[in-house]
Amino acid sequence: MALINVKTREVQIKIVYYGPGRGGKTTNLEYINTKYRDQIKTEMVSLKTQDDRTLFFDFLPFDVGQIKGFDVTIQLYTVPGQVKYNATRRLVLRGVDGIVFVADVQKEQRRKNIESLNQLYENLETYSLDLFKLPLVMQYNKIDLKNSGIEILPTQILQKDLNSVLKAPAFEASAVSGGNVIPTLKKIITLTLSSIQDQLF
Amino acid sequence: MFTQSQLDAVDSAIIAHLIESGVDHVIFMDMAGNTIAKHHNGKSRLDATAFAALAAGNFAAVDAMAKLVGESEFSLLFHKGEKSSIHFSKVNEDTLLITMFNKDISLGLVRLKVAETVNDINHILDAK
Repeated sequence: MALINVKTREVQIKIVYYGPGRGGKTTNLEYINTKYRDQIKTEMVSLKTQDDRTLFFDFLPFDVGQIKGFDVTIQLYTVPGQVKYNATRRLVLRGVDGIVFVADVQKEQRRKNIESLNQLYENLETYSLDLFKLPLVMQYNKIDLKNSGIEILPTQILQKDLNSVLKAPAFEASAVSGGNVIPTLKKIITLTLSSIQDQLF
Repeated sequence: MFTQSQLDAVDSAIIAHLIESGVDHVIFMDMAGNTIAKHHNGKSRLDATAFAALAAGNFAAVDAMAKLVGESEFSLLFHKGEKSSIHFSKVNEDTLLITMFNKDISLGLVRLKVAETVNDINHILDAK
């Protein structure tokens, strides 16, 4: 739940990038960190293994200005994608306000995307949160791989697999080159801010 | 959501018990990693936002470990460094108090002062 501090007039919002391992969650944050370097006061925090896989989370806070006289800080987190790290994934979801689900469009990742989304639903349930009620944006990442001759899933299939019931806004993206990273971010910020608007006044 | 008067009272408790006892930094935060109040003695700098995110993760991981060994919780954590040390204390189910202090102040005094502060904060938050 967003933290609203009436004394310092600050709002802190937590957005989590979730999805299967090696899907591009950290790459999304790295692109945002480079693109908005001037607006980000602190360094991006990454807790990773020796081979650069996310071990616990990545963390990137940045200011988006004022809303109704409150300074709004967006805190972006990623989760570790590997199957074995579910306990830590669940910990990072505590207090989440909005979710970006980063799916991997490679054909061979189809099952992993679905499993990861199902586990997200279960993990949120442990905090009495309902995925159907939380602000959510789908991102179908690595769309650029089709240029390298790698077989990828058509967006219609991904929509049917992951988004036929949730019906969340969806973007085809290429995090490594920055394609649609910022539109994804802007969409989740807009959805999350409008969902907490009622709490502000 | 905390009221203005609660936040004022929390600030006063932290300053009176901890900052005036000589600790370097105090962060009162929620378990999601959001800072609610932060205070320091002005002598050193700290990226409190990143620190709170890491502290929440650290505390949550240790809490999960406690469950695995059959403990309901480890309510207190302490990391000792050469020059500065960090003390973590759970305030209630949703909040944590983090105190950073240097070698000029003893762990015993910090524990005593943290206990007083936690007690005060719980009274303040219960008196909604």
